[in-house]
Amino acid sequence: MSDILVSARGLEVHFPLRGGKGVLRAVDGVDLDIYRGETLGLVGESGCGKSTLGNALLRLVPPTAGTVTFDGTDLTALGRRAMREMRRRAGMVFQDPFASLDPRRTVAQTVSEPLEVHGLRSGRRERAARVGELLELVGLDPAVAGRYPHEFSGGQRQRVGIARALAGEPDFLVCDEAIASLDVSVQAQVLNLLRRLQRQLGLTLLFISHDLSAIRHISDRIAVMYLGRIVEIGPASAVGSTPQMPYTQALLSAVPVPHPELERTRQRIVLRGDVPSPAAVPSGCRFRTRCPAAFEPCPDVDPALQPVGTAPDHVAACHLHGVIGTPVDGRTAEDVSAAPVD
Amino acid sequence: MTAVPTPGGIPAAPAPGEPMVARPARPRWRETLGLLVRDRTAATAGLVLLIIIVVAIFDETFASQGPNEQDIPGRLQPPSWSHPFGTDDLGRDILSRVILGASVSLKVGFLSVGLALVVGTLIGLFAGFYGRWVDDALMRIMDVLFAFPAVLLAIAILAIRGPGTSNTIIAIAVVYVPIFARVTRASVLGVREEVYVRASRSIGASDFRLLTRHVLPNAAPPIIVQTSISLAFAVLAEAALSFLGLGTQPPNPSWGLMLAEGNEFINRAWWLAFFPGMAIVVTVLCFNLLGDGLRDVLDPRQRTLMAGGGR
Repeated sequence: MSDILVSARGLEVHFPLRGGKGVLRAVDGVDLDIYRGETLGLVGESGCGKSTLGNALLRLVPPTAGTVTFDGTDLTALGRRAMREMRRRAGMVFQDPFASLDPRRTVAQTVSEPLEVHGLRSGRRERAARVGELLELVGLDPAVAGRYPHEFSGGQRQRVGIARALAGEPDFLVCDEAIASLDVSVQAQVLNLLRRLQRQLGLTLLFISHDLSAIRHISDRIAVMYLGRIVEIGPASAVGSTPQMPYTQALLSAVPVPHPELERTRQRIVLRGDVPSPAAVPSGCRFRTRCPAAFEPCPDVDPALQPVGTAPDHVAACHLHGVIGTPVDGRTAEDVSAAPVD
Repeated sequence: MTAVPTPGGIPAAPAPGEPMVARPARPRWRETLGLLVRDRTAATAGLVLLIIIVVAIFDETFASQGPNEQDIPGRLQPPSWSHPFGTDDLGRDILSRVILGASVSLKVGFLSVGLALVVGTLIGLFAGFYGRWVDDALMRIMDVLFAFPAVLLAIAILAIRGPGTSNTIIAIAVVYVPIFARVTRASVLGVREEVYVRASRSIGASDFRLLTRHVLPNAAPPIIVQTSISLAFAVLAEAALSFLGLGTQPPNPSWGLMLAEGNEFINRAWWLAFFPGMAIVVTVLCFNLLGDGLRDVLDPRQRTLMAGGGR
């Protein structure tokens, strides 16, 4: 197995609900390994916890339970200093390029902030030179360094955001819906920029998006998230062409095919109802309330990820491939046909 | 193809497909100042204030007579060429006293508001940024101060500490601290949640850096407006306290004190109270108008409207 840069084990992020009791289970038990140098696409509907997961991996949101390991060190145990060094090694690109740049600071000030924070370049002139390099790297004219964000288009702003994220020479980059609020024509440009940078700089990329076409375009592996859990993960080609979990199948069936005849024959699986509230997660398989293939064990056993399909490393949490998982409280293992695996 | 220089001297070399806005980089404050100058009312108010401040700074040059130079035979003279604002009951030149009073009134105004600005902004910044118990603790104290009527609180402080200029400054500052704390906190609460603050945190910026580089500059506009309006009230408060005999002590000139002294002679010699009164009115009005103008200019939506509409 190639070497792991970021790893989560049993990661949970719960938010207490305002007023009364109860918690919102944004991330609810995620095990995830991100390999060095790969692009992992994380896809899911709005509110499924994918952004929270991205934030929790960088410890921008404190986890309720579980651990995150970055290059072998446990992030939850890091002191102030080590944490700052970790922040240099992991960058984040945000969704809205209109909100993620401080309107009162010039492009140069924004991009050089990581340099100042981490003391990477001493002296004004050296920092300015580095800012110029970074702007060129993301396809901007270094002459724009003195301008303010409001003078740029969305795509240009996002390039500035990417330059800032790269300033500390990170190993790991989280792109949280980095292209979602851009015009379609610009989305492709930024997507290709990210892919080029990933290869050129050997970055490890976590690309979070609800846009399956973009995810398939850029990712080496795809992880599908539903209600705070990863329900299927595997090589992009396998997940993209032969999804093994009904939810992934439904998601993929919603993507239009850019071919008139194939598009005509495309079978859409339309899911019933809305995503249940993460404050009231269904028992057993959390997708069962909307699953077209739900059967007896689904409400009773919380499915574990198991190998599926033909590709190696392709796993899905679905009883259709064998009832494996943790029985719901109050039932014994004998009630269900498979032994619990944890 | 030859490069066409833009007004700012920056070559316009946009990436294909993404048109670059060809506009020279201009610092925000200069843009703000430009818009403010275009607002006639605010610009005039600012100009008048500037004159008043210059006069107050060089008061001894502008005053034709010492503030306490008495001329008993020439007492209670109506305005004339030699005494444009007339003389008071001790024959002192009222114009000179109004000019010298300006420095007292403005000094009290600026120092008290400055003190309240620093303390109140810091309290509001911490309360708004850290939230939770810090917010609760600081803002409950502010609520207690805020619960007292302003002038009553100032009088109470002066009664405890004794009258005088420095105590007046402290008293007025204490009254204004909760206002600045509240305005700052409200503004910070909004800015704190901005993505660019999270973005800075994600690259490892310290709290100090977040507060000084991102939160405070972006939370500043309402605080600036509040400062301008508070200056008006502080000048008024100083006048009120001096009128009540708690602020500036005679024979030093202060507009409020002169108003109080002129009060006795209002039926026989109107000019004793009229000119210091007018000085207060003009100064307070100008601070208010400037504050209104700043509020319009510093509101980003208004800014676009004004820059685009060319009012």
